[in-house]
Order: sequence, then structure tokens, then C-alpha cells
Amino acid sequence: MSTKIVTARVGVPDSYLLSTYLEHGGYSSLKKALAMTPEEVHAEVNASGMLGRGGAGFEAGRKWAMLKQDVVRYLVVNGDESEPSTFKDHLLVEQDPHQLVEGTLITAYAIGASRAFIYLRGEFALGLERVQAAINEAYAYGAVGRNIFGSGFSIDLVLQPGAGAYICGEETALIESLEGKRGFPRIKPPYFPAVIGLYGAPTIVNNVETMSNIPWIIANGGKSFAALGKGRSTGTRLFALSGDVLRPGNYELEMTSKTFRELIFDPEFGGGLRDGRSVKAVIPGGVSAPWIGPDNLDLPLGQDEVAQAGSMLGSGSIIVIDDHSCAVRAAWRITKFFNRESCGQCTPCREGSGWIEKIMHRIELGSATESDLDLVLDVCDNIAPGLTWPPQQTTICVLGPSIPSSVVSAIKMFRDEFMIHIKEEGCPFVH
Amino acid sequence: MSFFTPENLGKAQVLVGLYPDKRSALIPLCHLAQGQHGHLSNEAMVEIAELLGIQPAEVMGTASFYDMLHTEEVGKYLVGVCTNVACMLGGGLELLEHASDVLGIPPGATTDDGMFTLEEVECVAHCDKAPCAQVNYRYFGPLADSDFDRLVDDLRSDRLSETVPPHGVLSRVFRDAPAMVPLEIIHQERRDMDEAKKARLAAQNQDAGGKQ
Repeated sequence: MSTKIVTARVGVPDSYLLSTYLEHGGYSSLKKALAMTPEEVHAEVNASGMLGRGGAGFEAGRKWAMLKQDVVRYLVVNGDESEPSTFKDHLLVEQDPHQLVEGTLITAYAIGASRAFIYLRGEFALGLERVQAAINEAYAYGAVGRNIFGSGFSIDLVLQPGAGAYICGEETALIESLEGKRGFPRIKPPYFPAVIGLYGAPTIVNNVETMSNIPWIIANGGKSFAALGKGRSTGTRLFALSGDVLRPGNYELEMTSKTFRELIFDPEFGGGLRDGRSVKAVIPGGVSAPWIGPDNLDLPLGQDEVAQAGSMLGSGSIIVIDDHSCAVRAAWRITKFFNRESCGQCTPCREGSGWIEKIMHRIELGSATESDLDLVLDVCDNIAPGLTWPPQQTTICVLGPSIPSSVVSAIKMFRDEFMIHIKEEGCPFVH
Repeated sequence: MSFFTPENLGKAQVLVGLYPDKRSALIPLCHLAQGQHGHLSNEAMVEIAELLGIQPAEVMGTASFYDMLHTEEVGKYLVGVCTNVACMLGGGLELLEHASDVLGIPPGATTDDGMFTLEEVECVAHCDKAPCAQVNYRYFGPLADSDFDRLVDDLRSDRLSETVPPHGVLSRVFRDAPAMVPLEIIHQERRDMDEAKKARLAAQNQDAGGKQ
């Protein structure tokens, strides 16, 4: 039986209510943390080695240490989950909102935040209801507000809804949105909101899953967390598996304990593919990640392992594409997404995404010529020069260099398939 | 003449009071307005601007950035079919085509009876239920064509009014209390916490120095 941390209560009836949470020892970590000094709490998180669960994989404890020690500083939880095929935070906010609230309050104490905000994707109607209800219950219980549990520590916690914009998952765009503005990513430097963030004050931005791990880390100690996994990949991770598998879903696994093949084929997890089909490609870590081929299926699900294979574990979402699905169509649809969600500030991204989308669509529909393949790669090269991984950046934020990932991977891996589209003037797949 | 009902005006004032800078309440107020009126009318934006102490154009400027904020009228039910990659692999593009046929409108349009607005949406984080659709941000999936037809029937005959409330993602659960702790008190508390931390660190350093 593998350890479940963030999904321990998923499946328990009424798991989202305070009464259920308390029956399972809820808010005892907050009490424990408030009896410790903030630096002791921080030390536990450092000892856990937990990498941020948002996508960039930056060590949470190190991020906190970068926070400029002005009197006014903020904590913002990033729950703007909208990386295509990522649906893990959605589970956590609906099924265990108190775990998120508790983790947020412990973090607010550790970093000395003046106010804490949970920014949730606007489309998560049920999630917004569950988290707001949890915050209401937490206030009534005395876990948030003035003089929490008699500790002398006070803070308010505010739920902020988004309103439908992928780019707001980028932390500086999220801060702009939280300030009531258009979600435009901010020009770097400063590279980190830990120096200049919300309302110009030092701000820590952490992902929902990161926050949801904190109560367990405080209850069991950072060392117990670090004992799970291997190398830099400590603890467990919630993998969101989707695409051409029989049992898509969220699976919490000890980091590096399983391979892609096990996650996809084990009857307990993905359950394999439909009869007679085989894996053609896997998109690990969200659609910003380069694709990997069947030759990489035995890679363990770990941060560095996937990075070494030329991609990224990113948000922990894994899309399986089988040999009955069209690679061109998939890459086209991903580009269409980026084109729609580009905020429009930077020319390479705003214009490039549109060009690539048009050319890819032309290829899929069968009205392209062979030179279109070079053209599309040239446009990609103008967004991320050299088409390397990790990519070079010509834009304010990483949305730009994320655009070429799928297109370049698809052309590299399935050039023949592109040529069939061009020569036979249409898509050879049935859909 | 005011746009917000007295009850919603009370909620609006709670929202405005939650932030160190009240402009942060802009998006929540837009959701509140849509919950009341279905879409974001000019009248609503003018009143939101007044509540925030900014210009109506600034409200419009922000609102126009976001997919969920509708400055034009929309149907009673916003039906969004996801066609992003995970749903596409499960038949999302075909589902959108079917939805368009059944409702008799292209994506982006509203039925003549004002009942449905159809949208092609990007990933709504229900990829394990592909292909999926959202109706006023409540989720349904996986949807075969026949499941979609049944969904439309149920919506038409009001059989889903419990599951799918009218507009507004903040319409069913609202914050009970305003912010409880004035920021001045918090800031004083943080100064004291920081001083105490400094003193602890100094004492630790002294201990370490003493042992050398």
C-alpha cells in the first residue's frame, strides 16, 4: 500500500466538511505549527525537499527563503489550474478544501504573511463553493481570523475567483488579475514576486497541491516526506492521466516509484489501451512539454528523470496518444489553444501562435505543401530560437516558448505522418 | 437607481472590504453582477466602477480580457464543449459539431429562445471525463451524442435546476464574514514577530559563537 498524502481523504463521504476533516485529525498540524517558531516550520518544509507542484518544480522551502522581509508581505495560492489535461487541483479543492486551507494558514504563519489569498480558476464553480464554505467553517472554528487558537497569530484568508484566462496561471499575471487588472504577465526582472509581488509587496505564490502537502509535512516531519521518492523528487505526486487510456484519472504515487509504462498499463492505474492499440506518444507535464515516444515508457515518474529525457514533469499531467490517433491533429489543437490564450503583449507569441495554428490546420486539412513544414519550424524558431529544450525565450513569460513544444516534437517524431497529410491531401485517420 | 439589489449590494460591500486595494474586488463584483443579471451590462459596470472608485472604462478594460465575463447577453444556459487535446482524443470536436446541430447554432451564438449559448471551450480540467461539457460551469462527461441530447432535454424541462444554478459562480456560497483583523493590527503583529525572530537568531549566533 503506497502512502497517500494529499488524497488520503478522497472518497471518504462528505470529505469536504469540517466535521469530517476534524475526525481525521484536521487542523492539528496548524495547532502544532503555531506552537513552533515560524523558522522551525520553515525548517521542516526545507527538510522535506518538496518541489513546487505547479509546473516549474522550484523547491518550496527555497522559495520561501527568498521572500524579502518587509513588514507587509503576502501569500497567494495559485489554483488557476488550466494547463490542458491537468485536473489534479480541481480534485483537491472539491474533495479536501480544508487541507488546502490548513496548509495555506501554516504557510502564512511560516512566512509572516499579512493576508493570504487563494486564487481559484473561475470555472471551478463547485470548487469555489467548497473552498468558500471551508473558509467560512474555518473562521467559525477559530482556525482563521484574530488570535488563532489563542496563539496570538492573526490573519484573514480571502478566496479570489478568476474569470477564464489560462495566462493567469503565470504567477505575475495571476497577481495582476488579483489586483483587478487584465492578466498580463509582468516584465522581468524582478524575476520573483518574492521581491516585488502583490501591490508591490514581497509575495509568495504557491500551488494548491504544494499547500495541500504542508499539513502532512508538519504532522509527520519533513524527513518522513523526504524519505519518500528519490533524489530531488521527494514525497508523492498527484498524476493526472488522460487521453487514450482505459482508466483516465488522478493517481497519487510516490515520486519515481512507478514508470510511465506502469502508470499507463497497470490495471490499478491507467489499465492500458483499447484492444490492439499501442502507445504512439506521451505528453508528460501538460501541453507545454515536449512529447516523448514509446522508447521512453520505462522512465520513472520523477522530476530529473523526465528532464533528462528532454521534456518535463511539469504539472504532473500525462496525456497518452495511441496509434489510432493523429499526431498532426493533436499538435494543431494544442497550438490553437495557445493562440487563443496568448495575452497579446509580445509579438512572437501573439503573431507566431496564429501563424503556426493556421499552417498546422492547413496540414491537417490536406491543403499544405512540403515547404509548409519548414515554414512552421521557422516560425517556431522565431519564438524559441534554436528550438532547444529547455527553450530560449523571446517573450515576457514562458507561454511563448511553450508554443513550439508540441509542433516541433510532432514533426521530429512523426515527419512521415505529416508527409502523408501533404501527399494524400488529407488526414489518414478516422475521427 | 442602482443596479445591484440591496442583498447583492451588501455582498458587494463585503467583497470590496476584503482587499488592501479595493480594485482587487473587480472580478468578484463582475461575477456577482452576472449572477444577478446573466451578463455584465453597462449599468452594472458603471456601478462596479463607482464601488471601486475607478472609471467604467477600466472595468470594461479588465472584463474584456476574461472569457467568463460576458458584456453581451447570453442564454440562460452557457453550454461549453471542450475540444482541447484530451477531449479531442475522446471525440470532443465531433461532440461540438453534434451540439451545434442539436441546438441549431454555431459556437458563439445563442438560440432564438434565449435558452442556450454554445461555446467551444479550452480544457476545463475534467480530462478523465472526456469528452466533457460544462453548463453554467457545472460539469458533465463523458458525453456520447445521446448523453448530450438527454442533457439538453433535461435543461429545457428544468430537471437540472438543482445541479445547474442560473448564472454566477459565486451565487450559491458566499463569504460569511468581512475581514476580521484590521491590517494595522496585523502589521504590528508582524513587526513583533520579526523582532522576536531576530532576537532568537541573535541568541543562536551568540550560542554558536560561545561554543567555538
